Amino acid sequence: MTTFDYAPALESRSIVTIDPSYGHFVNGRFIEGKNHFASINPSNEEVLSQIALAGSADVDLAVKAARGAYEITWSVMPGRERGKYLYRIARIMQERAREFAVLETLDNGKPIRESRDIDIPLAAAHFFYHAGWADKLDYVGLGQSPRPHGVAGQIIPWNFPLLMLAWKVAPALAAGNTVVLKPAESTSLTALLFAQVCQQAELPAGVVNIITGNGSTGALLVDHPGVDKIAFTGSTEVGKAIARAIAPTKKKATLELGGKAANIIFDDAPIDEAVEGIVNGIFFNQGHVCCAGSRLLLQENIAEQTIEALKVRMAKIRVGNPLDKNTDLGAINSAEQLSKIESLSASGDDEGVHRWSPPCELPAKGYWFPPTIFTGVTQANRIAREEIFGPVLSILTFRTPAEAIEKANNTPYGLSAGIWSEKGSRILWAAQQLRAGVIWANTFNKFDPASPFGGYKESGWGREGGRHGLSAYLLSNENGEEK
Amino acid sequence: MNQNTVVDGSEKSLLNFLGNLSGVDQTGANARAAMLGTRSIKTSSKAKAIDLAISMVDLTTLEGADTPEKVRALCSKAVRPDPSDPTVPSAGAICVYNDMVGIARNHLDSIGGSHIPVAAVATAFPAGRASMEVKLQDTTDALAAGAGEIDMVIDRGAFLSGRYMKVFSEIQQIRALCAHNAHLKVILETGELTTYDNVRKASFLAMLAGADFIKTSTGKISPAATPPVVLVMLEAVRDFHTMTGVRIGVKPAGGIRNTKDAIKQLVLVNETAGPEWLTPTLFRIGASALLNDLLMQRMKLRDGFYPSPTYVTID
Repeated sequence: MTTFDYAPALESRSIVTIDPSYGHFVNGRFIEGKNHFASINPSNEEVLSQIALAGSADVDLAVKAARGAYEITWSVMPGRERGKYLYRIARIMQERAREFAVLETLDNGKPIRESRDIDIPLAAAHFFYHAGWADKLDYVGLGQSPRPHGVAGQIIPWNFPLLMLAWKVAPALAAGNTVVLKPAESTSLTALLFAQVCQQAELPAGVVNIITGNGSTGALLVDHPGVDKIAFTGSTEVGKAIARAIAPTKKKATLELGGKAANIIFDDAPIDEAVEGIVNGIFFNQGHVCCAGSRLLLQENIAEQTIEALKVRMAKIRVGNPLDKNTDLGAINSAEQLSKIESLSASGDDEGVHRWSPPCELPAKGYWFPPTIFTGVTQANRIAREEIFGPVLSILTFRTPAEAIEKANNTPYGLSAGIWSEKGSRILWAAQQLRAGVIWANTFNKFDPASPFGGYKESGWGREGGRHGLSAYLLSNENGEEK
Repeated sequence: MNQNTVVDGSEKSLLNFLGNLSGVDQTGANARAAMLGTRSIKTSSKAKAIDLAISMVDLTTLEGADTPEKVRALCSKAVRPDPSDPTVPSAGAICVYNDMVGIARNHLDSIGGSHIPVAAVATAFPAGRASMEVKLQDTTDALAAGAGEIDMVIDRGAFLSGRYMKVFSEIQQIRALCAHNAHLKVILETGELTTYDNVRKASFLAMLAGADFIKTSTGKISPAATPPVVLVMLEAVRDFHTMTGVRIGVKPAGGIRNTKDAIKQLVLVNETAGPEWLTPTLFRIGASALLNDLLMQRMKLRDGFYPSPTYVTID
């Protein structure tokens, strides 16, 4: 038999320049940082750079810079002028797309195909979309002349570093807020490159400030009295802590938290495309996706054939060097996350659930986990309840549509869900019953800046994207909404 | 299980089987084909893919103005695609109209190309609008002239109007005529079937009726062998193999003009039906201009620079 092995097709990393260490980006320039920690390439544990850990003085400096820029420049600038800056940033991001994609892949471990085709184009699209809103805020739905909050403190996760930055920064700036952004500890590099883009776009100093650090830095930012609004994407645990911290204050917050999405396959689904949707739902970005379709609900009468088809398909998943243009599944972002995935998977084994992975060779260095499915999972298993945030799928079955909905909704989360059926009425019926903020029909993990994204229940507060997401960065003048 | 146990030959069993086939989501199929189109095939794998593609080309000329000289030139090219380089594999087959079959067969045999089959387009190609008697006679003529492969067209009018049994029976009759003497390729003309659901349905119908190969197009209708159509057909042969243990071949034809397109087809095969299909006995590419581009890309890999088109022979 002929085999058709794909020779390595590595994207060159020569396009990126990574400094040996970085400081913070405050008031339009880079300042010295302290207490540096290493940022590593999770695919081979290479140290990429040293990242500064912002303490209270740095946070204070950044918030003051944002406040100054807000009062002197950004809030008084006409919307159409703000829009021009956003357009300029979007265009520069497109021009430097390959640089961003390679850097994101190095720092995060995700396949270059995904950073190149999804993360970076979508990040630029968010800036383009919100640039268009900047002079049309009267039409957001909050009445005439809605006001910005002031200074937005934004804390983003490591799974889509630049894309989450774009989700946060673009609407904030379009609405007239200034920002202090803290990227995740393990993935600061594209945010620091974005700081250079702000300089290149000649964005007024202090409008965007980027401070790096860990959870302690995030807490300092949340607690800072100069911050008017918090936007956070991350774990439900930290989200709850933020909610508690701001409860006695006037601070507003949007929180995008965890998920345990049900991907429901009815027996009249287009099977081949559904299998693609299952794969995309859980193995996209190594399953490091808050809206990942991590619980597969298969109608009983097609369960066996679908699992067989899924296994055949999973055997084709190409795991390996994230810079290889043919890689489908990259590295787990950190040792910490890998051990979390390993321990939750082990709980599946302990509870007697059947684990399966295709034969695949994992690189010796770095953090790796094979694409994995668990079959015969019940609602009572930990792997059906807790967010694994890795390439691990729990497969359950259902007999009736009502049972599918009941199981899908039986979770403290409610971020997303998928429905697969060729029957339009069934899709509409199921979508009405599901308690999830985003519902995909015959597709999964599709994102667009115009579409609001957010969760029910413990999956978060508020929406990001679209008119709804933009509203979260504005206050109405008409209903007496106070700062 | 063989195909006779999937359907028993009755109209009821056929309709029942086709009616129960899973649908194809158009957006999803397009997205999957597009994703596979991003595979980056370089260096050693590109060299291998080029030679594989050359060995799969059904070198085709289907013009009213075809001459015996042109057909003979095509035959020579099929045997030795690059006269200056004997390491280039020969092409998969010669594909011509009925009246050229004898000329092609004789010429191939006289130049050491007896291993290369001649495929004849038959059954009132390209429209298939003729009586069954005419279609049978057309096929009989081709077989008599030495055709080793019959590329028949289906009656799209019958298929689209739901008369599946008519299509089924026509394929069966041509199959019987070919017996074990000729390979049967069934042309679905996917550009006229318009939906992927129809492509999947027609693929199964042809396989159940006894096709050795299912072929996308006549080359006379656009769109022809688009990547998603080929994807859907490869999924069908994969599923048919799971059901029956029989491997049916796939032949995209029409619109595959350059090496990049051809390699995309091979990636589709590799990641959909599987590497078992990466052989000229199970995958062919119907083309004419493609071969020269494959040869030029081969020279580029060998010599490090692109040759002028004057270094490959024109047909």
